[in-house]
Amino acid sequence: MFNAFLQIVRKELLGAFRQQSDILNPIWFFVIVVTLFPLGIGTDPALLARIAPGIIWVAALLAALLSFERLFKDDFIDGSLEQMMLAPQPLTWLVSAKVFAHWLLTGLPILLVSPLLAVFLSLQESTFWALFLTLLIGTPILSLLGSIGVALTIGLRKGGVLLSLIMLPLSIPILIFSTMAIDAATFGQSYIGLLALLGAMLVGAITLAPFAIAASLRVSVS
Amino acid sequence: MWKWLHPYAKAEKSYALSGKLMPWFLAVALPTFVVGIIWGLAFAPADYQQGDSFRIIYIHVPAAMMAMGAYSTMAIAAFIGLVWQIRLAEMTVAATAPIGAVYTFIALFTGAAWGKPMWGAWWVWDARLTSELILLFVYLGIIALYNAFSDKVLAGRAASILTLVGVINLPIIHFSVVWWNTLHQGATITKFDQPSMATDMLVPLLIMIVSFAAFLGFMVLYRFRNEILQRESHRPWVIALVQQSSSSVNKRG
Repeated sequence: MFNAFLQIVRKELLGAFRQQSDILNPIWFFVIVVTLFPLGIGTDPALLARIAPGIIWVAALLAALLSFERLFKDDFIDGSLEQMMLAPQPLTWLVSAKVFAHWLLTGLPILLVSPLLAVFLSLQESTFWALFLTLLIGTPILSLLGSIGVALTIGLRKGGVLLSLIMLPLSIPILIFSTMAIDAATFGQSYIGLLALLGAMLVGAITLAPFAIAASLRVSVS
Repeated sequence: MWKWLHPYAKAEKSYALSGKLMPWFLAVALPTFVVGIIWGLAFAPADYQQGDSFRIIYIHVPAAMMAMGAYSTMAIAAFIGLVWQIRLAEMTVAATAPIGAVYTFIALFTGAAWGKPMWGAWWVWDARLTSELILLFVYLGIIALYNAFSDKVLAGRAASILTLVGVINLPIIHFSVVWWNTLHQGATITKFDQPSMATDMLVPLLIMIVSFAAFLGFMVLYRFRNEILQRESHRPWVIALVQQSSSSVNKRG
């Protein structure tokens, strides 16, 4: 069973490295959106540092939204999704592998470019670490929530806008807690409690989301 | 024990039962609305701080409660529909969503109209307002998803899954006052032992809550019946029903 998990992750990563623009484009999008804000608002470092957490998190949300398109689409079109449903391993498990691979390809790169953005938006070091930790805990939740939306809309012809309508409201709590944690760090307060809340949401999402994704896929494929 | 419930998994029986129940809900909703609204707007004493503008709670609070009540109904129906594979429960989800959305909108609108004189702004990013707004977004997402499918059986199931996912939102609304603790006043009437509200003001509010709840039930049944008719339009009993009603119209005309 664990073998099947690794196989799927490996297949996803291989596919992504052969089509590198699929991974790189959302990251470029993320960087460009963040760059637009100083250009639009002005370059006052104090102002930028104040609104940086919100900008980075909203941009991360939008970038995640863009990357979801390819999560199940190819498998749905070429029929391997149906094969996954027929496989002896439970669908929830295989779906978890897909989501994990998706996070490696979209969440992790966002984490890796976040130091660059911290420099752009003149963040303090302590604030940056809070940002890094919230992204580390928050982006997997985004991947899990978004996968539910993708699984629900995959069979529809115009799923793209619908996906954002479904997914964005559900991800608002993550946005709120993350930016609250980063704000607390900016003012030198402890933000462990907020991270713990985010962690609780992550644990809840890991436990429950695969079932919702599997159920949604069965609706979409039937 | 549950055997009496089984026939109602059949659309025809459910249609008949909801038709029988509908007038009762209306019979509760209309008189309580008239009594509650006149009592609340004209006879309840004015608030010593807020003056007459507090009277909007006679619309605002029932609407907000029923906005969440409608969502709870949907969540329970969605759970029943998905676990026991009962199609009619999924129809209930689809029938309730637009009504819940309208109640949510009423709650938001009246809240804004009250906030203008009281807080000095139409909109304040207060925790409760924000979560109510998120609730509206979730409702709209569910309705949009339901309408996007052309196969209504699949649409009902997809909407049910999304409803259950959105249930995470309800506790967040409930605890938001405690967590973020901002401008919106805390709950007043759920503190049963010592309500922090005068009885003269409380009674019309309770009447209005009953009225809004009964009206919610009426509207859900109404839309539920329509949903059944639309989905089962090829069934003999629906065709017979339509022919019967059109012939009676012809006789009258």
